[in-house]
Formats: sequence, structure tokens, C-alpha cells
Amino acid sequence: MIAVIDYGAGNVFNVLKACRYLGREAELTADPQKISQADVVLFPGVGAFGAAMTRLKETGLDQVIKSTVANGTPFLGICLGMQLLFDSSTEFGSAAGLGLIPGQVVRIPDEDGQRIVPQVGWNQNELQRPESIFKSIDRQYTYFVHSYYAKCAEEYVVSTVDYGVAVPAIVQKDNVYGFQFHPEKSGQVGLELLQTFFEKAVRA
Amino acid sequence: MLAKRIIPCLDVADGRVKKGVHFVNLKDVGDPVAIAAAYEKQGADELVFLDITATNEKRQTMSNVVEAVSKQVFMPLTVGGGIKNLADMERMLKAGADKTAINSAAVANPSLISQGAERFGSQAVVVAIDVRWNPAAGKYFVYTHGGQQKTNLEAVAWAKKAVELGAGELLITSMDCDGTKDGFDLKLYQTIGRIVNVPIIASGGAGKIQDFVDVFKQTPVTGALAASVFHFKELTIPQVKQVLAKEGVPVRQ
Repeated sequence: MIAVIDYGAGNVFNVLKACRYLGREAELTADPQKISQADVVLFPGVGAFGAAMTRLKETGLDQVIKSTVANGTPFLGICLGMQLLFDSSTEFGSAAGLGLIPGQVVRIPDEDGQRIVPQVGWNQNELQRPESIFKSIDRQYTYFVHSYYAKCAEEYVVSTVDYGVAVPAIVQKDNVYGFQFHPEKSGQVGLELLQTFFEKAVRA
Repeated sequence: MLAKRIIPCLDVADGRVKKGVHFVNLKDVGDPVAIAAAYEKQGADELVFLDITATNEKRQTMSNVVEAVSKQVFMPLTVGGGIKNLADMERMLKAGADKTAINSAAVANPSLISQGAERFGSQAVVVAIDVRWNPAAGKYFVYTHGGQQKTNLEAVAWAKKAVELGAGELLITSMDCDGTKDGFDLKLYQTIGRIVNVPIIASGGAGKIQDFVDVFKQTPVTGALAASVFHFKELTIPQVKQVLAKEGVPVRQ
């Protein structure tokens, strides 16, 4: 069973639909038991970093996530869900994240209005780790909508896209994975990435 | 690099796509799911569904359309037409839309933009602006209610205000160019593009491939919307993208 974490963040239904389209059993849930016993966990969401962390703490889901990851369950953060995996974000001041991957989430520099922020649209991935289960991502386009991006050590970066800065598109540390783009909005490429995650993601 | 977006727009009434979309091998030419899937296959980067249903009772039909499409087609979907309030926006987003386009309602009540952005995020709030050039005043003015009503709003100022209020994107239609197939209004997009720093989608006037080349090379827009040229197969998306790529415009192929 796939647990899709329900913490009140927007845009989770299309992730569920993608799972079901791929023939997978998936449930939107905030139940700690269901999350900890799931085969894999998806952590989607759009919105503001600080507000999302506050909700996770209020509901205790932050601890559920940390223990589920510690148990080795393959865990995939999507968009805001990916950003929340890191130590902190500078969105609206500064907020602590889940600290599952070392790094900081910062605003895409707009270069004095020369660059449009948010990045909205399809961007081309450059594979950084050829040994990754997601190696088929190389040269493929995926769909992004975001104003902030993760700054982290190279060892965690599976692929990047060029938006003036090198934006990490896929990150991984052990059994914790993150997609900055929306696989559920990235056509066949996105569906294949989800399928790969379901089939090949490592248990730590 | 971020690819420039080619966006077909579909008019939907009573759950059916209107304007007779002409696709080969499409059994039901009015079925939104089949048409969306066909456009995805062609390489469309996003889809816009415009609800042209006249009555409120039938709005539920539109969210059913969105629900059905988003179960089968995994690409960005924007829904516009008749969205009046936060409840309408929420219904479409819950049904599976990624973005809602608001037009007349935003003019009547600009705080709908900020409330929508706060509740659903800026990325979900596209402000659609229909404009017409007024030669006497030397300015673009905003029209509402499907272009029927002239307002006193000057288009560049309204675009700026919409972004300040939290619009995540602007979908700007030139009523002067719409339907002419004579090319996009380049001056309009150059003018507004200088003022705002969010993605702009150009709409109105697409007739030939060079029109897409011009709007992407000569203005800062990141998306171009078209309806009839694609629906009637006067152009296909792969044809357009092939030429764009050759001209050095980044596209997803």
C-alpha cells in the first residue's frame, strides 16, 4: 500500500490519481499507523514552507515521518514535500524543516527582476548520478512550479535543471527521495518516474 | 533551460468540447478526456479549459469534466470561465485543476486575487485579462464579461496590480488580434512584460508558425495559447515546436 500523507496541503489529489492510474493501491491518510506500515510513502504538497511545518508539528506528523524514514521505508517528497525534507528554509524569514537531508531551501534569485520567479513550466533534467534508479531522467523534461529551491551537497543531487542557477530536480539520501517537479503533471515521463520509485526505491 | 509553453485552449459547454475539434482517429470529437489525451500525445505543454456554460446549475458539470480529465491525463490543467469566488476556485482545484483563471470576477473584486493566492497559493491563481487598444487614448483598456463590457481600467496598470495582489501568472488576450490569425500583439506583451515579473501567456492572433516564433523571440512571454489553429489542424504542435527549436527557442520535444 502507498500512503500519501494528508497534512492539509493542496494539490494532493492528482498524486493519488497518478498512483491509481498506475494500478497501485494508494490512500490519503494522516493515520500514523497506516503511514508507518505503508510499503512506500509519498509526501506531496504545494504552499508555504513555514505553515506546512507548523501543521506537521501540531499534528505530530513530523515525528511520524522521521520514525517512518528511520525504519527504512522508501519516502518521496514532492515539490513542497521535497523542500520540507531539508534542514531549513528562508521563506518568510526562517523556518526549520524535517532535517532528513542536509541543506537549505532558498529563493530563486530574480537578478533584479531579470528572471521570472516562480519557475513555471517544463525544464530539462541533467543527470548528475548515473548510478541512480532515476537515470532515465537524463535530457527529459519535467513540470515545475516553484519559487524556492534546495541548496545541498552534490552527493545528494541526482538531477538538476538550469534556471540561471542549477536547481536540484531529484535528490536522494538513502531511502529518502525528493522531486522538485510534479511527476503527476509531467506526462509519461512523470508516471514512469513514479513507477520506478514504486519498483526500485531502496529500503534503508 | 525552461521550455516555452504551447497551450491549446478548449471551450467546454455542458461537459462537451465545443468549436468542433478536428482530430484524426478521435471517435467522439466532443469528449474532453479524449481530446486532452490527444493533445498530451501531440506534445501540448498545458491545457486551458474555458467553461462557456451559461448557467450556474451546470457548473457542476465542469468540475466533473476536470475530474475525469485529471484521472487520465497527467499534465497541467487550467480552468477558467465563470469563476466568481473562492468556492468556485476550490471546487475546480479539488476536482483536479492545477490553476484557476479569473477574469471579470477579479476586476469586480480585486481582493479575490489576494484571497485566492493566500488560500491556494499564487501558482493556482491565473489572472486572465482581455484587452483592446484604444487609439484615441493611446492605451490598452480592459474588457470583461467575455469582451462585452468595456472598463475604465488601463491594462498595464491592471496587470501590475493583479501581480501585486498575488497573481501567479497572467493570461493576456488581445481582442484586437483574436480571431484574425494575423499574429500576436507583440507590442502588448513587450509593454506588460517590462512591468511585471510573473509568467505571461499570450493569447489571440495565432495563425501561422512564424507568429509563435515572433511572440517568443520578440517578447518576454513564456507561453502562447491558441485554439482554432490547433483544433482545425491548420497547425500541429510538433510542427510549431520543430520550427521554434530550429529558431533557437527552447521547447520540449
